[in-house]
Amino acid sequence: MKVTLLTGRTIDQGTAKEHGKLSTAYFENVAVCEIDPDDMKTLQVKENSTVRVTTEHGKVNVRGRTSKRGPHPGIIYMPYGIWTNIIVDPQTHGTGMPSFKGIKAQIESAPTENVLTLQELLENLFGRD
Amino acid sequence: MSIVKNVACPVCGTLCDDLEITVDGNRVIGTKNTCAVSEAKLLNFSDPGHRNLKPLIRRDGEMVEVSWDEAIKRSAQILAEAHYPILYGWSCTNCEAIRMGIALAEEIGGVIDNTSTVCHGPSILSIQDVGIPTCTLGQIRHRADLIVYWASDPYSAHPRHVERYTAFSDGRFQHSEWESYVARLRGVLGKKRLSRASELTLMKDIPLPAVTGEKLPPSFRTGKRKLIVVDVRKTRSAEHADLFLQVEPNKDFELLQALRLLVKDEELEVNEIAGLPVHLLEEVADALIGCSFGAFFFGVGLTMSSGKTRNIDAAIALTQDLNYRTKFVIMPMRGHFNVAGANVVSTWQTGYPFAVDFSEGYPRYNPGETSVVDILSRGESDAGLIVASDPVSNFPREAARNLIKQPLIAIDPVASPTTVMADVVLPSTFVGIETEGTAYRMDRVPLPMKKLVEPPETCLSDEEILRRILKEVRHLKEVRGET
Repeated sequence: MKVTLLTGRTIDQGTAKEHGKLSTAYFENVAVCEIDPDDMKTLQVKENSTVRVTTEHGKVNVRGRTSKRGPHPGIIYMPYGIWTNIIVDPQTHGTGMPSFKGIKAQIESAPTENVLTLQELLENLFGRD
Repeated sequence: MSIVKNVACPVCGTLCDDLEITVDGNRVIGTKNTCAVSEAKLLNFSDPGHRNLKPLIRRDGEMVEVSWDEAIKRSAQILAEAHYPILYGWSCTNCEAIRMGIALAEEIGGVIDNTSTVCHGPSILSIQDVGIPTCTLGQIRHRADLIVYWASDPYSAHPRHVERYTAFSDGRFQHSEWESYVARLRGVLGKKRLSRASELTLMKDIPLPAVTGEKLPPSFRTGKRKLIVVDVRKTRSAEHADLFLQVEPNKDFELLQALRLLVKDEELEVNEIAGLPVHLLEEVADALIGCSFGAFFFGVGLTMSSGKTRNIDAAIALTQDLNYRTKFVIMPMRGHFNVAGANVVSTWQTGYPFAVDFSEGYPRYNPGETSVVDILSRGESDAGLIVASDPVSNFPREAARNLIKQPLIAIDPVASPTTVMADVVLPSTFVGIETEGTAYRMDRVPLPMKKLVEPPETCLSDEEILRRILKEVRHLKEVRGET
């Protein structure tokens, strides 16, 4: 399904960050994607099962959750964090600021795939953990 | 056990300075007046599970503990040998450390950039283009009768902003609308319960009210303080608002320009702008003109989406237009507790607020060229020093990849993806908890940060670490005859 990806702060991401970015709390609150309730049904995504989000800059697996901020059909929301930033648009248009919001993306259900932990992601992306 | 009062909070740009912290020995055991994020930080900062406690250097792929002298020498060596190093972060430390960082950047001919480059950098560019009609938060608390949060969710990012300075604050001339909000919330909950009961008993949906209403709510006909939230989805902050306007993603510029036309009594020859009916926007424009003192707060929803700097140009221009009809101010919702201080110190020391390049021997400023994301995306730098920030998490993939390809020094009290990937880790103290100093609130009011507890003996303040690196760099340059 074609969607628009927004990234931003959530209060859960903010508090989990203070428990350490390598903590389980951070992983559980940041490696997620909030999806419109109707889009969840269309995509046949079960609560907290894996979804794959793909942009022209990369793809990442995160857990899909029903958005409590809906309805916002066609819009997905991911908290700031490494899972999000590896798929955002790096183009700064001469301002120094990449495009973290309003990015064209594709989302699909991937219930059999894993969501990589932060250590696994670092190893996968940069070859160190 | 003692209670320290009037503590400034080392979390977000609201810099609440009314915290009461209970300290027992060398531990924080209780907090009062904190938000959820602040409490999480103050009660967990010393957790050994994520605290950096010893200087580390990467040897043969492994991080090993070393002495402070060795870690400082290695850091100085990396920076002195680099041709185009970047020095990045700075928004979670004090102004004293930032000043030292700028001296170091000048000494090594590097680029010093702060986190505003991926936060409100476009806002600063816009302010330089068109100016900004603004004021301090105290003025807004006491006088503003119309508050607009545009592309900003203070509930999540600045949790006490509404309570301390806007709709739920009790000012001298304006009063808290907390009770009105609670009454409205009860009404919404009642409708939700009715809808759910209908679903269960009659197997029939009773539709909930539309997210965005078709006309202004009755509260706009009173003299009370009003709150409008404009955002791409109904955030928790939007639930606090008298009126929520759900704008389509990447359409803020159109909506701002449409409001500018309506404020100037022009007619729009369409029925809808950015997903919102024009007749509602006409009423909103009337409400903006009709207030006595209005305040726009805008978040990174404007700086990070399509248009970037131009969105801010339009928002400031709308504020300027409104000042022909009434009194209106505008302010960016700054993120980290001293990101405004990073801009202020950088400006008074170099003339420029961020993205300052010393490679020619004098400060140069050209965001897009001298901003770190662009430098890293082009793969131009050859060393990095990160202070109190986590660009490996926060930057796009290619920029993060290029950052860790080069020798990387991280000064941070806590472990993060950046310290995990660094070649040198220098454990620092927490500003506002273990180290005092100065920080600037989002309205550029400087406030003193307090020291609540003693830091671990093995940790040094950011300022002291940078002072030692600078001294060692100067020593190395003397030895090489470069000075």
